Amino acid sequence: MTARLALSRVMAVAWKDLTTERRSKAGFNGVVFMAAITLLMFGFALGPDPAPIRTAAAGLLWLTVLLSGVLAFNRSYELEIEAGALDALLLYPGGRWPIFAGKLLANLAFVLLVEAITVPIAGVLYDLPLLTPLPGLVGVLFLGTVGFVTLGTYYAAMASRVRAREVLLPLLLFPMLVPLLVAAVGATKAVLAGDPMGYGSAWIRLLAAFDIVFLAATFMTFDYVIGE
Amino acid sequence: MTHTMEPRVSTATAPRAKGSATLIGALIVLALVAAAQAFGFLTSPPDRDMGHLQKIMYVHVPAAWNAFLAFVVVLAGSVMYLWKREEKWDLLAASAAEVAAVLTALTIALGSIWGRPTWGVWWTWDPRLTSTAILLVIIVGYLALRSFVDEPERRARWSAVVGILGALNVPIVYMSVRWWRTLHQPQSSPSTVDPAYAWGLRLNAIAFLLVMIWLVRARYRAARLERISELAAEREALGGRG
Amino acid sequence: MSSASSAVELAGIARRFGSRWVLKGADLVVGSGEAVAILGRNGSGKTTLLRIVATLLRPSRGSGVVFGHDLAREPDAVRSRIGLLGHTNAIYPDLTAAENLGFTLRMLGRSVDPRAVEATLITVGLGAHANTRARGFSAGMQRRLALARLRALEPQLLLLDEPYSSLDPEGVELVTALIADTRRAGGAAILITHDVSRATSIADRVVMLDDGRIAPWTPGVLVAE
Repeated sequence: MTARLALSRVMAVAWKDLTTERRSKAGFNGVVFMAAITLLMFGFALGPDPAPIRTAAAGLLWLTVLLSGVLAFNRSYELEIEAGALDALLLYPGGRWPIFAGKLLANLAFVLLVEAITVPIAGVLYDLPLLTPLPGLVGVLFLGTVGFVTLGTYYAAMASRVRAREVLLPLLLFPMLVPLLVAAVGATKAVLAGDPMGYGSAWIRLLAAFDIVFLAATFMTFDYVIGE
Repeated sequence: MTHTMEPRVSTATAPRAKGSATLIGALIVLALVAAAQAFGFLTSPPDRDMGHLQKIMYVHVPAAWNAFLAFVVVLAGSVMYLWKREEKWDLLAASAAEVAAVLTALTIALGSIWGRPTWGVWWTWDPRLTSTAILLVIIVGYLALRSFVDEPERRARWSAVVGILGALNVPIVYMSVRWWRTLHQPQSSPSTVDPAYAWGLRLNAIAFLLVMIWLVRARYRAARLERISELAAEREALGGRG
Repeated sequence: MSSASSAVELAGIARRFGSRWVLKGADLVVGSGEAVAILGRNGSGKTTLLRIVATLLRPSRGSGVVFGHDLAREPDAVRSRIGLLGHTNAIYPDLTAAENLGFTLRMLGRSVDPRAVEATLITVGLGAHANTRARGFSAGMQRRLALARLRALEPQLLLLDEPYSSLDPEGVELVTALIADTRRAGGAAILITHDVSRATSIADRVVMLDDGRIAPWTPGVLVAE
């Protein structure tokens, strides 16, 4: 497959997924609402004293992202299955990784957009100073989301095609995400405390390593997952 | 594609002969474990701080080592399956995963029992205990995936990649959790342990290695016999054309 | 076993699902320029056989060749030559008709020329609906859009699974025209249907799938659906 054809496919799949999402909106609104309600419920579980909430804020924020974002990944393939289009996708000759890359890009845009709404809500609810550490925070959110979406898009290719898909996806995905959660929360805490170049950098390096390892592994093995 | 025809074992005589061999093997392994445990118990003095509680180490530590070893077998079987596309590698990975699940659970349970009188709590967010728990849930996810997929070829392919990604994650998990919190004593190995305990530990590690191998073999053989019976049904369904 | 003149050669294709054998050794040769219709009861394995020829399923036993390319060893060469119309239309309901065709063209790496897209839509009678989302289409219109997509693929081997379902007489003519165009270009077609009269009028040869194997069809034998 030439680079031009691969790029054309990646963009076509990403554009198609995002257009469908933009026009139906059901998925996006549902996920944003789920995120907002999760942030609220964490508050009720830990409040009303604001101190424990502020201490736990970085962890709560990332748990909210993981718990609501996981709802997006199966949809990405259900879209194909409902339209009966998965077979058609598989019949384009050449490797299947552009399909994965396209879906990954679409899911990445989706989850980043959910975060763009969720994080300010968390800032208000948990009284977090978001403006000063904003560049560092955006960087950490991006790195963490890339790893999350990579594995989510990958495992959903399997989970969405078996019975009990709602159960199987978190069962496969969440144990794998423990290092990402630990590193993302560590980095977010550091950034929020106004120390972006200090002890946060170790966590940021771990996040980057996680992303690179699993981007490579998923791209190399996607053909095995999506076929037959 | 031809690998579905691969397990050709003379089905008529094999089970009984293998059955008694398995029984003898089981007895030998059992005797070895008993001997190694007895050796450990008799040669080790009560620990200065922990007393006889220390003896839990003779199961806890070998179980942990062999759980990791079983995970390496899962990785090797998964890689070999994707490379060779021979069903036996998938069955080997699956058998090793089941054994890894049992040994990991045993490691955690014993660690917890040991931790209660030592640290005063059943559970502590210690790096190794925590990463072992994550390992257990990764294996449970692997086994759950296997139980959800009926088609053997697809199950083999999918579980191979899930096994490989899980194994890739093990060092990352360990590193992240270690940075996250360090509160445990240095890892037990014969070189860091008082010489009075070292031989007991070594012997038990070997005995548990044999237990691990014996369990994987038993599960592998069972899985293979299931496939043989499936293939026999297949030949019948095809009216002798198979 | 492969000869240049044949489009498809299947030898001893068997496939099981769980412990049930749907196909038990199907043999079939389709020549270039030939259209073959396969009749069979519900559950006789027609769709399974078509999906195996399309490389979407691997056979449990047996092998097959499409235009000289082995199904198992050269699936990409097979995929670039076939056009499959299955039970579903492979149409994204939230995209317009033109966007659906554009997606197919971009997946093939071709540039999207709006006028060419419109021309293709006009051939299937959807010229007036190019910018309507497919969700609003009737079942027949969606089927027509699927036929337009199939034309865009320019396949040498058409694999049609009950292509007439939900089509009006005019839509049926579109299928006939598609088969005729493909054959003129040296291609071939395998057609699955339960409609005996359409099978005999369109196909050069009619066979039956019975008990997991291909058998010649004798006129007069009723195939109950």
